[in-house]
Amino acid sequence: MAEVPEPTHRRRSHAGTRDLERYAGLFAERTSVMRSSAMRDLMAITARPEVISLAGGLPDTSTFPPQSFAAQMTRIAQESAAKALQYGPTEGFEETKDCILEVMGAEGMLPDPDDIIVTTGGQQAIDLVCKTLIDPGDVVICEAPTYPGAIPTLCSYQADVVQVECDEDGMQVEVLEKLLADLRGEGRRPKFIYSVPSFQNPAGVTMSLERRRRLVELARAQELLVVEDNPYGLLRYGGEPMPPLYQLDGGDFVIYLGTFSKILSPGIRLGWAVAPPPVMEKIVLGKQAADLCTSTLTQYFVREYFAERRWQRYVDDLVEIYRGRRDTMVEALRDHFPAEATWTEPDGGLFIWATLPDYIDTSDLLAKALRADVAFVPGQAAYVDGRGSHSMRLNFSGVDEDEIREGVRRIGKVIAEQVDLYGALTGEQKLPEPQPQEAPNVVPFRKAGEAG
Amino acid sequence: MKVAVLKGGRSLERGVSLRSGARVEDALERLGHEVLPIDVGADLVKRLVAERPEVAFVAMHGVGGEDGTVQELLEILGIPFTGPGAAACARCMDKVQGKDAIELAGLPTPDWFAFNQTAFREFGAADALGRLEETLGFPLVVKPSRGGSSLGVRFAGSAGEVPQALVSAFSYDDRVLLERFVDGRELAVSVLGDEPLPVVEAILLEGDRYDFEARYEIGRTRFVCPAELSAEEERAVTEAALATYRALGCTGFARIDLILGGDGPWLLEANAIPGLTDTSLLPQAAEAAGLSFEQLVERILDLALSPQSVS
Repeated sequence: MAEVPEPTHRRRSHAGTRDLERYAGLFAERTSVMRSSAMRDLMAITARPEVISLAGGLPDTSTFPPQSFAAQMTRIAQESAAKALQYGPTEGFEETKDCILEVMGAEGMLPDPDDIIVTTGGQQAIDLVCKTLIDPGDVVICEAPTYPGAIPTLCSYQADVVQVECDEDGMQVEVLEKLLADLRGEGRRPKFIYSVPSFQNPAGVTMSLERRRRLVELARAQELLVVEDNPYGLLRYGGEPMPPLYQLDGGDFVIYLGTFSKILSPGIRLGWAVAPPPVMEKIVLGKQAADLCTSTLTQYFVREYFAERRWQRYVDDLVEIYRGRRDTMVEALRDHFPAEATWTEPDGGLFIWATLPDYIDTSDLLAKALRADVAFVPGQAAYVDGRGSHSMRLNFSGVDEDEIREGVRRIGKVIAEQVDLYGALTGEQKLPEPQPQEAPNVVPFRKAGEAG
Repeated sequence: MKVAVLKGGRSLERGVSLRSGARVEDALERLGHEVLPIDVGADLVKRLVAERPEVAFVAMHGVGGEDGTVQELLEILGIPFTGPGAAACARCMDKVQGKDAIELAGLPTPDWFAFNQTAFREFGAADALGRLEETLGFPLVVKPSRGGSSLGVRFAGSAGEVPQALVSAFSYDDRVLLERFVDGRELAVSVLGDEPLPVVEAILLEGDRYDFEARYEIGRTRFVCPAELSAEEERAVTEAALATYRALGCTGFARIDLILGGDGPWLLEANAIPGLTDTSLLPQAAEAAGLSFEQLVERILDLALSPQSVS
């Protein structure tokens, strides 16, 4: 065998660059709230190839036709190489905004293009809104559970995050009203209310029309900003379309966040925000400071892609695929989860939220599940205060139906062991083996006020 | 010298191990060694046989890398390695074995009872819980016998909380222990060769003292090194730690965790391969003793190659 020495020297050669103590004194105070925890270390192992991961939030990009991708990139190279490789405007290209108008139009919204900024993914839109609005200690209200990816952003701006419980109709706006009154009593005005009203991440629930109306009314009456994050609105597998908060409000008090990640590709990192002009002005300054402009190359890609006028058909294809995967997951949950478990049956989006008996801690369960080569997101990741420890987020968009069935079966098995053990520990009757059930086990949430 | 750095693996502490390993690799390179990084997997033996490193630096934590498994293989292959030998690793990793050895050496360790799952599933051990709770009192601590960091460690404040704590602990191991809670200062003594390093004290800054997660999060726990101890306290703590190190048969290095109560030190456990990340306690203690991270790594290598450790 030919001797090809493996490279043994890698990366940096500067002395001591890994020693925290050399830099510790320089860190900003906000880094102390950016925490690393044992649970995050656990999540690091979910990337092992043998693990069926229901933990991610990945759309299925394998269905995107490679020939279409190739044709668009070739067209860009031939016709617009110089421009596509150049900086672009901070707000994004007008042509990208036209595509955004089409997407928003599909859900009945018609914003002024000047109110739109193209961002590097929806995540940057969240970051820019926080950067624009939050001073350390400011109250921000979000749902309980909330999008796990929003928590590090809110924390890094040192927001005082208050979470309002959801039920099957989304954020409990009645509870929010009381909270707002209490805060007013303390002389505190929340900077904004963050919500994913449709097919929420992680809970999969959708805010009812009545609550949407009430939330918008409250925002208008109390002059509060609502940040509506709507990545999944077009991924609907059942139920009736709901008007976005932005549409109900007309864009005075609702800041709208959208993304191409779930309807096209997360790899292109294209999202957007829509905000009233005075807020948008500040967001643009923030964006300028952050990265000058969003990738021009991927903006060109989106523009070429939309020119083919097939984007809605691709969304329809995704809807078909994801509907099948959701159904498979729900069926697998009925087959393999214990009788006391409950879960949501979302009409869209990418996630199911399952809640187990309260003696099961899902972070500990994850350790056991990883030994069985399956992963999920423990519910605690969706709360700022340690709640959610009996729940888990399950993703059904990123793996195929066979893997969903097998993954849920494996999780069900480790849960059954815990249930069985608890029975033995408390002397309670052994619980019956999980039975396939006729009626769905859908009792998505505990009642308001009960600890999660 | 050609040094293999063993890291990663499949343990739950893979993340910490990769950080420990990366830091060790950098230090070894700066020291002028030829570094062979190995993320431990099914090809470990093949790679070691093919590459013939002169010594292996074991930067693995948790089951597989810290419990004697990898050490046993290295002993079979005749490759000198850092840290304690296979038998000592096995004793340190398993808290029940470790406490047995500590007690056998006449050293104080909080009272405990150990159970495996079978005892509960098949022999009705639950019926004995009341009796042992009476002996241990509340709060008591429930721990998986084998497991690192704070994973699966729970306090139970009352009898009602015990079953749930047991379910958590059993998520990490088939054997768990229930241990009397000792109130006091939380100290860690790292031993390098036969020398105790300055004592580290962990002081919880915020939150519930019964929240074990907090102990491992930057910003929630402050580590003081050297700990502020009277000369008498320091001697008692250091002697107890050294005696534990010997009782467990450790060589190379190890970290002994203990509680300093009003009535003296209570030994909890030994970590055969303590973390070597930038926030870990062993490097902090070494620095307090005037050893840079490179010097620490060099010393650990020397110990691995000294005749006593090769045995």
